[in-house]
Parts: sequence; C-alpha cells; structure tokens
Amino acid sequence: MDSIQKNLLEAISGLHEIPEGAYNIRTDGKTEARNSTENIEIVPRESGDGITIHIKPGTKNESIHIPVVLSKAGLKETVYNDFYIGDDCDVTIIAGCGIHCGTADDSQHDGIHSFFIGKNSKVKYIEKHYGSGDGSGERIMNPETVMEIGEDSYMEMDTAQIKGVDSTIRKTTAKLAKGAGLKVTERLMTHGNQTAKSVFFVDMNGEDSSTNLISRSVAKDNSYQLFESNINGNAKCSGHSECDAIIVGDAKVSSVPGITANNSDAALIHEAAIGKIAGEQIVKLMTLGLTEEEAEEQIISGFLK
Amino acid sequence: MLEIRDISFSVSDQERDKEKGILEHVSFTLEDNKFVAITGPNGGGKSTLAKIIAGIEKPTEGRIFFDGQDITDWSITDRAKAGISYAFQQPVRFKGVTVFDLINLAAGREISLSGACQYLSEVGLCAKDYINREVNSSLSGGEMKRIEIATVMARGTRLSVFDEPEAGIDLWSFQNLIHVFENMNKERKGSILIISHQERILNTADEILVIAEGKLVKRGSREEVLPGLLQEADGADGCQIWKQGGVK
Repeated sequence: MDSIQKNLLEAISGLHEIPEGAYNIRTDGKTEARNSTENIEIVPRESGDGITIHIKPGTKNESIHIPVVLSKAGLKETVYNDFYIGDDCDVTIIAGCGIHCGTADDSQHDGIHSFFIGKNSKVKYIEKHYGSGDGSGERIMNPETVMEIGEDSYMEMDTAQIKGVDSTIRKTTAKLAKGAGLKVTERLMTHGNQTAKSVFFVDMNGEDSSTNLISRSVAKDNSYQLFESNINGNAKCSGHSECDAIIVGDAKVSSVPGITANNSDAALIHEAAIGKIAGEQIVKLMTLGLTEEEAEEQIISGFLK
Repeated sequence: MLEIRDISFSVSDQERDKEKGILEHVSFTLEDNKFVAITGPNGGGKSTLAKIIAGIEKPTEGRIFFDGQDITDWSITDRAKAGISYAFQQPVRFKGVTVFDLINLAAGREISLSGACQYLSEVGLCAKDYINREVNSSLSGGEMKRIEIATVMARGTRLSVFDEPEAGIDLWSFQNLIHVFENMNKERKGSILIISHQERILNTADEILVIAEGKLVKRGSREEVLPGLLQEADGADGCQIWKQGGVK
C-alpha cells in the first residue's frame, strides 16, 4: 500500500496495519489482503465483485474488518458483501470506504452489504466514509445496507460520513423477526456543493420487535441533504426515529418522516428538528472563553460525536 | 475590581415608537473578594445588568472597567479570558456535549475525570451518574442549574456572576443550592455577584444592591439593607417601596 492508501485506511478504520482476526482489505478494485479464521470464513464471489462471509453459530467476541480504499481516479465499482451470521453469535463488523481523488475524473464506490442474521445473535456494524484529495473529480459513494434480523437478534449499525464525499445515496432496508431489535445511528456532514440522501425502509414483521433510528447531520455551505424514513409496524412492535440537523451557511435539509402502523399494537414515534446552531449555545461557550468559531466547531463536533 | 460607571441600556419600543429604558445611569464598584447580591422586582433590569457585565449585551451609555481596564467594547470571549464568568438564568442545553466536555471547556485545560467529578460533587451531584451524560433535555431544570454552577466553579475566575441561580428549581434542590453558595462564600476564591430574590442567599451577602425600574435605588451592607427589605416585603404595597427609592 502507498501512503495515500494508508492514510485512507486509517481515516476509515483506524487501522495502521493489518488487523488481527478476519479481514478483507480491498484497494483500487482488487483484494490487497484477506484472512479467514476458524469461525469466520471469507470467500470471494466468483464474479470477482465482492465477498461472502460465513460466521459460524456461537462465534463470540470476534471482529471482521472489511475496508475499501480507492486511490486511483476514475475508478468506478460496485461491490457486494454478503454476511451470513449463525445463531448465538456476538460479532463486530468494521467496514468503511475511503476515496482519494487527485484528478478531474470521478471516482465511485457502490457497496452493497447484506446481513442475514440467525437467532439470538448480536451484531455491531460500524461503517465510515471519507473522501480526500484536491482533484475536481467527484468522490461518489452509494452504500446500501440490507438486513434480515432473525428472532431475538439485535443489530446495531453505526455509520458516519464526515468529510469529503461529494455525492451519496444511502439506502438502508431491514426486516425484523419476532423479538428482533435494530438500532441505527447515522452521522453525516456535508459541505461545499455536496449532496447526501439517506433513505430507510424498516419492516417490523415480528411481535415485540423494535427499531430506533437516530440521524444527526450538519449541512454546511451550499450542500443538500435529504433524510427519509419509512418504518412499518406490521405486528406488536415499537419504532422510533429521530432526525436532527444543523444548517450552516446556505445549506438545505429536508426531513421526510414516514411511520406506518399496520397493526393496532404498533407504537411508532418520529421526531425531527432542523435549524441553525442556537445563538445561546454559542454565547454560553463564549462565556467559557471560546471564540465564536471555536464555539461553533465544538458544538458541531459534539453533535456528530 | 469591577466598576460599573453610569450604565444605561435601552431598547426600541416599536409600539410606542420610542426608546424604552431598561437601565438608567447605574453606577457601583465591586471590590475584590466580595460577595454581593443584587435584588429587586422582576423586570427591573437586573438580568440585563448581568448580561452587560458578561458582554452579552452592550450598554447604550456608560463604561465598564475591570481591574482598571475599560472593557466596555470587549467581546464575551475576551471578558471570559480576562476572568469574568457568567452563569445563565436558564442554562443552555447541547446535544452530544457531555457534562465532562462542558466542565473541561470551562476549565480551559485538560482536566482529569476525577477533577471534573470534584466540581460536580461540590454542587451536590453524584458525579459518576452525571459525568458522561449529555447536557440535553434529559436533565431536569435543577440538574442543569447545578451543572451550570459547576462550570463557573471550574473556571475559577476572579469574578463570577450568577443570574438567579434559584429560579426554576424545586424546593429540595433549592436547599442544596443554598449550601453551595454558603460554601462558596466560606472558601472565597474571587468576587461573586449574584442576582437573587431569596432571603437565604441575600443573607450570605456582604453587600446588597437593590435595582428597581432600571435604577440602583439602594446599596448597603447586608445588615443595613436586608431587615428593611424583609419588613417592607411583608407590607401591603410592595411596589411603592421600590418606586419611592428603595427601603429606607
């Protein structure tokens, strides 16, 4: 790996070198390194456009790193990663994509991650997106996450796109079985002329399933963001979504909440708030000795933490 | 030492198409290491005066001096750095900022977790329950007030201005709050200017200032001012006391 690739890898995964445990590192459209373990098997798809990961039932406290780095301008790829997670597992999956664009050519990574989770398992999925380089070509990422969460299993998805991605369309779909839980925390910051759309489709099909979607975003300059959630309660279940956005400059943010109860025992709540940084928050931090700029920075970084 | 020299503040009253005076020619000095309370009826201009000292509002007329320097045109930040702290009457909430973050920012340096907990304990909060909580709407009014006071303590500046610390808190929290100020008075580390209506807070002050209808109508030691205030407050027409130029 060259230094640009190493920097991207660190930005999205915090990795300085090859991680322990199972991993698959993809750079510029090719597999850079791969490792399976006793419980986690990573197999390349025959078509060459991704990997299939099998996690044995009962696998506990293991992690899988699957970062993607694009440093060649003009590269466009669609990658499919399918996870089959057995019953009674407790695993952490760390994905992420970093794009460096140093020329006028666009670079694009569309990653489709599918999770098929058995019963009584716990999965934490962490995903970071980051763009760098000063080329005029666009850094485009369109991540799609598909989740089928089995009985009494719980999935926590933590996703962040803080810097440098020009255009993103993020689609997240989930189907929850009896007693299944889903928590999604999305943090997004756009600047310049960037656009970001994030759309959720969640079907709570099983009794006592629950969902909590939390989106916090900051839109700066002339950027545009759209948040759309579609939560369907098809059984006795509980769902909550919360979308908070801060606008800085001339940015635009649209929040389109959708909650549908197809069962009289479905309890669904949506909260949304969009606005500038409250003036009194800046004043409070200034009374602690911060400058106006430092106060704004502090408020945004706390909000996106 | 803080000197308020001939401060006036007015806002435009659009309905009547004229300026409305909030403060009129208020002057006083606050000596170092004094505990001074400002009291008076609601709407009299006390909170505006506190904001003017902190730099949140600019006076229409008059000057403010801090340690002999004219700080009238200084920003909020510059005043904070010079050693002025201000506790909001209605503390501000932040999503994502934890109590620890806020105390750290207030201290202006990296402080340890136990250091931050110390300040929370001083305001009667069980530190481990609060230190990692976000300063958001999950905290009650009384909890917010105490955290606000903890941030001012963490700054440890030579002048601390508190705007009605007792406002909006329940009776039980109030009892604890009184102890906080009694302790602050005992272990004095700088000057304290506190706006309050509460007898027990006024009772800890060295000096009491009465501001009514934008004017400083009375100033004196606690012994001079407080008995009259309490006596007159029991009277039928409290308004008259202030209008007649305070308690005689």
